[in-house]
Amino acid sequence: MRKIGLWIVVLMVGAAVAGPWLLPVDPSVQDLPRRLMGPTWGHPFGLDELGRDVLARLLSGARVSLLVGLFVVSISSTVGVVVGSVAGYAGGWVDEVFGRLMDVLLAFPGILLAIALVAVLGPSLTNVVLALASIGWVGYARLVRGQVLKIRELEYVQAARALGATTPAILMRHVIPGTISAVTVQATLGMAGAIIAEASLSFLGLGVQPPTPSWGTMLDAGRAHLLDAPHLTMFPGVAIALLVLGFNLAGESLRERLDPRAI
Amino acid sequence: MMPTSMGAFLLRRVALTIPVLIGVATLVFALIHLVPGDPAQAMLGDAAAPSDVAELRIKLGLDRPLLVQYERYMAGLVRGDLGTSFRYGTPVRREIAQRMGRTTELALTAMLVAVVIAIPLGVIAALFRGTVVDHAATTASLLGMAMPNFWLGPALALVFAAELGWLPVSGSGTWAHLVLPSLTLGAALAAITARMTRASLGDELRELYVLAARARGLSRTRAVVAHAFRNSLIPVVTILGLQLGAVLTGTIITETIFAWPGVGRLLIQAINFRDYPLVQGCILLISVTYVTMNLLVDVVYAWLDPRIRYQ
Repeated sequence: MRKIGLWIVVLMVGAAVAGPWLLPVDPSVQDLPRRLMGPTWGHPFGLDELGRDVLARLLSGARVSLLVGLFVVSISSTVGVVVGSVAGYAGGWVDEVFGRLMDVLLAFPGILLAIALVAVLGPSLTNVVLALASIGWVGYARLVRGQVLKIRELEYVQAARALGATTPAILMRHVIPGTISAVTVQATLGMAGAIIAEASLSFLGLGVQPPTPSWGTMLDAGRAHLLDAPHLTMFPGVAIALLVLGFNLAGESLRERLDPRAI
Repeated sequence: MMPTSMGAFLLRRVALTIPVLIGVATLVFALIHLVPGDPAQAMLGDAAAPSDVAELRIKLGLDRPLLVQYERYMAGLVRGDLGTSFRYGTPVRREIAQRMGRTTELALTAMLVAVVIAIPLGVIAALFRGTVVDHAATTASLLGMAMPNFWLGPALALVFAAELGWLPVSGSGTWAHLVLPSLTLGAALAAITARMTRASLGDELRELYVLAARARGLSRTRAVVAHAFRNSLIPVVTILGLQLGAVLTGTIITETIFAWPGVGRLLIQAINFRDYPLVQGCILLISVTYVTMNLLVDVVYAWLDPRIRYQ
């Protein structure tokens, strides 16, 4: 069951990357006379409200979703690892300051702060990444801090300290490598979270702006044609659900392999 | 009467919450200052006359030094003054208060729906672990977790409102209006809770006290209902508490889909109209509700499980 997740991710990433070669159709080309047409052999997922090929837009939207996920996870995990390891290793007032900052950020449920940030900064792909990363790092920082509190007491870390190793060297060589397994699991699950969050923001009109294809904006546009063209909402919805399911299953599979005690 | 240690726990927990609330209020205050350029210009649009922009800046207090603005904002909050809505020209507090009941109604019904679906599903999956029933329940929960509510909502509306005509597609006022939004909002929570119930009850069923109960002659059903099930509920309640944030943010999307007149929809409308005082008010209220609910959940845990009070 768990391996299915990895396969879903590999297939969907492969389709997103190879999209332009697999389906050499411009996702922005309009065929207005045949707008809202259902699936046919020529257009397997049909045409949208402006007569654009839904499959081509889905593949293009997949690249947007995956890129946003990748950027958000990369920025969040980097910031989270640095803050978490510094706070956990230094302890004292440094830990207190970061701890209180994290408490305040965690007081905003889900993507509420991201919605607020995009609302004031303006809707764009860059602002979505910035907004999601600005809340995403907290989860990694908390996870890493907890790991570091245990690792810093281990004998090999104390030995390195006794031998005169500097704090940055201890963190880079001995402490942070010990947190990588947990961070990898969190990052895989974080991809699913970031993809859903980006689609949610785009659905609310706060994310990727038309004409750039995004699964969230496709779903939002499809809502107006729920009765006459249900394929406009069905295909992007299935795509999001599949990719999120894939990353969730892959994350759980990784957790089983890397940290069986966490199950 | 509440034991002394419970009172001390309550005091400590409230004391820890106050700086968080101040931090939340400060961050919400800072939001308007993150607007690129002049917030007053952004609210009125590029075509606005400079005199109108200047007037709005004075009205919003943006012409004063930052520290004075912060002081006035915090003093206003203490008095329950969230400012005036740019769009409606009415106090933000009144606009939110008019819609708060609807959001609470939706969130509570969604949680109820989630519990009603999840607990039986999780119990069945745990009792028939490894069978087709278990696999079906597990797959259903995995799909429920992966399915975004902004897709589930329109899909449910398509089937039950448009095709079958059983339920209204949007609006509020009757219980029928509440069915589709609460199902949409409760589905993911149901999926997570069902998984937790399955795992938790599965663990309890392997405990020696269940075996002892069976050895004393209790039927499997009685051993499950009277012993294992009750104990398995503690982590399930924990998960429900933790998911409160997801439910609160879920209301924003669900209310938008079903035109439900709550705070979530108000927030999106305020964003679209660049009504920043109203945006700030909605964000602040949702966060403060979340922090308060977390505080209440913690207090309930401490009351249920005395070990928590001493941590």
